[in-house]
Amino acid sequence: MSSYRITGETGEWEIVVGMEVHAQVVSQSKLFSGAATEYGGEPNTQVSLVDAGFPGMLPVLNKECVAQAIRTGLGLRAQVNKYSRFDRKNYFYADLPTGYQISQFEHPIIGEGKVEIELSEGEKRIIGVTRLHLEQDAGKSIHDQDPTRSFIDLNRAGVALMEIVSEPDIRSPEEAGAYLRKLRQILRYLGTCDGNMEEGSMRADVNVSVRPVGEEGYRTRCEIKNLNSVRYVMQAIEIEAERQITIWEEGETVDQETRLFDHVKGETRTMRSKDDAHDYRYFPDPDLLPLELEQSWIDELNAALPELPEDKRARLEKDYGVSQYESGVLTAEQSIADFYEDVARGADARLATNWMLGDFFAALNRTGRSIEDSPVSAQGLRELLGLISDSTINGKIAKEVLEDMVETGDSASAIVDRKGLRQVTDSSAIEATVQGILDANADKVAEYKSGKDKLFGFFVGQTMKAMKGKANPAMVNEVLKKLLSA
Amino acid sequence: MVFDYTLASARDALRKREISAVELVNAHLEAIERLDGRLNSFITRTPDQAREAAKAADELLAKGEGGALCGIPLGIKDLFATEGVRTTAASHILDNFIPPYESTVTANLKRDGAISLGKLNLDEFAMGSTNLTSAFGGVENPWKRQGSDARLVPGGSSGGSAAAVAAGLVLGATGTDTGGSIRQPASFCGIAGVKPTYGRCSRFGTIAFASSLDQAGPMAKNLRDCAIMLESMAGFDAKDSTSVDKAVPNYEAALDRGVKGMRVGIPKEYRTDNLPEEIAALWDQGIAWLKEAGAEIVDVSLPHTKYGLPTYYIAALAEASSNLARYDGVRYGERVTGPSLDALYEATRAAGFGDEVKRRILLGTHVLSSGYYDAYYLRAQKVRTLLQRDFLQAYEKVDMLLAPTAPSGAFAWDEKPTDPVQVYLNDVFTVPASLAGVPALSVPAGLDSKGVPLGLQLIGRFFDEETLFAAGHVLEKAAAFSHRPTLHAGVSA
Amino acid sequence: MSLDAKKVARIARLARIGLSDDEVQTYQKDMEGIIDWVEQLNEVDITDVPPMVGTGLATARLRDDVVTDGERRDDVLSNAPEREGPFFTVPKVVE
Repeated sequence: MSSYRITGETGEWEIVVGMEVHAQVVSQSKLFSGAATEYGGEPNTQVSLVDAGFPGMLPVLNKECVAQAIRTGLGLRAQVNKYSRFDRKNYFYADLPTGYQISQFEHPIIGEGKVEIELSEGEKRIIGVTRLHLEQDAGKSIHDQDPTRSFIDLNRAGVALMEIVSEPDIRSPEEAGAYLRKLRQILRYLGTCDGNMEEGSMRADVNVSVRPVGEEGYRTRCEIKNLNSVRYVMQAIEIEAERQITIWEEGETVDQETRLFDHVKGETRTMRSKDDAHDYRYFPDPDLLPLELEQSWIDELNAALPELPEDKRARLEKDYGVSQYESGVLTAEQSIADFYEDVARGADARLATNWMLGDFFAALNRTGRSIEDSPVSAQGLRELLGLISDSTINGKIAKEVLEDMVETGDSASAIVDRKGLRQVTDSSAIEATVQGILDANADKVAEYKSGKDKLFGFFVGQTMKAMKGKANPAMVNEVLKKLLSA
Repeated sequence: MVFDYTLASARDALRKREISAVELVNAHLEAIERLDGRLNSFITRTPDQAREAAKAADELLAKGEGGALCGIPLGIKDLFATEGVRTTAASHILDNFIPPYESTVTANLKRDGAISLGKLNLDEFAMGSTNLTSAFGGVENPWKRQGSDARLVPGGSSGGSAAAVAAGLVLGATGTDTGGSIRQPASFCGIAGVKPTYGRCSRFGTIAFASSLDQAGPMAKNLRDCAIMLESMAGFDAKDSTSVDKAVPNYEAALDRGVKGMRVGIPKEYRTDNLPEEIAALWDQGIAWLKEAGAEIVDVSLPHTKYGLPTYYIAALAEASSNLARYDGVRYGERVTGPSLDALYEATRAAGFGDEVKRRILLGTHVLSSGYYDAYYLRAQKVRTLLQRDFLQAYEKVDMLLAPTAPSGAFAWDEKPTDPVQVYLNDVFTVPASLAGVPALSVPAGLDSKGVPLGLQLIGRFFDEETLFAAGHVLEKAAAFSHRPTLHAGVSA
Repeated sequence: MSLDAKKVARIARLARIGLSDDEVQTYQKDMEGIIDWVEQLNEVDITDVPPMVGTGLATARLRDDVVTDGERRDDVLSNAPEREGPFFTVPKVVE
């Protein structure tokens, strides 16, 4: 195992990291109210009186949110707890309308699971998942609209979140990044979280501690809150680890605290403590009864679970003969895998793989488009590959056709017809052209015959040029060989 | 005359058009006008809406239509949110709160044609047994001790409800019972009150005190009136996760079932050393009445009874401390601003809550706080399990239990003990049923030596309110309680 | 278990109830009395007794995932002690 080490003044240090990922559940309505979850609504419009904590308002649990948590648990190969419960986490904040957040403290819906991550050079590691629980999101405080006041928008208040807690198994920034990416991939495959980090659908709190290599046990950790990109997670861990090592090496001790990551300054800093006495006073929410799950429902959800990334990779490798590297790229997103399979199913699989990973991805990059709004459909790409397979066009011409497809949106065959790119397979036409080339280059023919074999390529090139690239390359070779040996 | 009507007889008279809803409502509004300046049972009166509703009720009645409560004037405890009508929970923090929604219980009553005359006084956030903790002033019990004009407490927390019914200002009132808040004031004011099984009436739109205990119920002159009201108030509500999906029976029909062959348990732990003689005697009288009516009397033991009160206070106050966190001056309610958010919270809550509410929030916060949770809250919830088991075991032998409702009759305002624990002891007989979630009711059974009413309590099995109505009606008939309080709408001043 | 003034002040801060020093003294006395009284629960043998959660009459009920509420900003803001346009407002919170 390649170990990540930080060299300090006193020696080598390793880092210990655990993560708490908050993933917004994909659902129409909120965890305990019928208000919409849609992103970007006008302020305070997606708010029910339950969300706003009006007197006498009561929470009623959303079935789909529970199902999504179960699906996620199943996808993480985790224990689904048939008995779980909702607790109140009590604290005061302007965007927390009831003065408590409904969460699952003592009895989470999902227990231990695991996530397999892949590092550079194909190395794999298992990161343990401690638990997953359902809880409510808070509203939003807006601080930059007024010099003396903060504004409160409760649209987010009550939206369902899954908090996924990892074991302190992560040992490098790279592993942290890989874990977060893998988790995001699994959730997106399952359709339980859209993984949109810019909109805040996934956020991570990272617990970091350091210890000299070889030391057992954990030292004091700090929690860095609210990191909303893989890059920030990796940077924050590195920077925080350096900070802690400096403190220990100066003979001081690290204080357990919550910190914020400032990506502009490249530092972590302590959060202004919200309260000198943090005490959440968790207790079972008396407005909600214990959640007891039927095995039959869990089975039903399990049976309908979509294929997970790892399974899909294995299958692609088996069904389409793709390499481990290729399967990794092709399954990064469900939509890519679906697109690939759509293409590969009706085409030469090897050709499909090469073209997807090569020219097609290059075209997406060039145009800045994603697979979802690809300028070329899977069907269109399949048609193009079909034209190569049946020798209608050759590979070189196909590249030109793909570019045209991206630009005009026309189909491959339409472009071939419009531009007259159909490959020439008429042997008499090829023979006539080849003969013309040989006649015009009698000196080179003589050189070739005296042993300068390399000139064969020159004749091929001249022929293709004369035929505007449309000649069937195999036939050109064949004809050349025949005429040159005559 | 108008003030001789019970809810049931008024209902019949309205249908026979012997009286119009407008006449009935106007008479009661006039009585409120006349008496409530003194009683202070209403926090908010809604005469205009009531008159409008009465006209509409008369139109329906004229066509032979209208629900079970069509045209019946009621009072609503000011803990139930009423759409467009100020709802205060008797707290300054909600001085001007106008809910844009209606509680399920009051919506059900409205659906059946009941007419609200206004919002009734209570202990602030239903925290109290005297109604003296109301931010809108105490309520005077319409009953007087013989030869004394001392103001007596109506009990609490539904003190306004009990006083208004007893004084004839309304034909019935909604109450809520968390640890005795329907039964104890009913007993103090000489009326009937029913705390149904937890989950029977929806809690949606009722301002929460302690969510696992709060239960709405009817308060009226007698059990028939309560039965009619409960049938309307009760029922499954998808908006309350603790509401139980069970059909609502015809409670009124259960009244005349009698108790022949039924087994009535007498919990020996309720016969405490300091139980006043006359209450013990009344209890014995109740036993005799049920026996005469054919019930079998069985001694039972509820061994954890003495732990009911401390268990109740820990459980209820813990929940209350959390339930009342939402009154923070941000989205609704009275705000006292400050230089920071925390300063705003502290100033708002310091000014908005009364002394008893603050004390309870502080205690509830303490018992949940880190280092104390296991010792107090968790332990109390375990004892609560034992208290519930006491009842379930008793119900293997008996169909119901008979006990006093309260350890005393109504006492004077200035006799309220200064030690909070002494005040809490008022609920000693009512709290166990609340903790177990089982139904219970109180019926007036007699007067004490000073002429103040005393109630008897029946406690039943889960969702077996019908048996309680049947047995309670036996007690009512035997007691023939026909006394009237000094302050009554039917007595000209 | 004693409840000193410092602890009462801390509880009051947790509960966001502003108390003067005199009030802290008063509440401390009351609360201590009540806490002493509830300590009698220590007599009860609770070995192997599960805590009561709900009344055992029902378990959680799940609702369908349908948008049935929201789009009622006027209601939501109708009782706001202070607002600015579509927002509730509070004294500025410094992060």
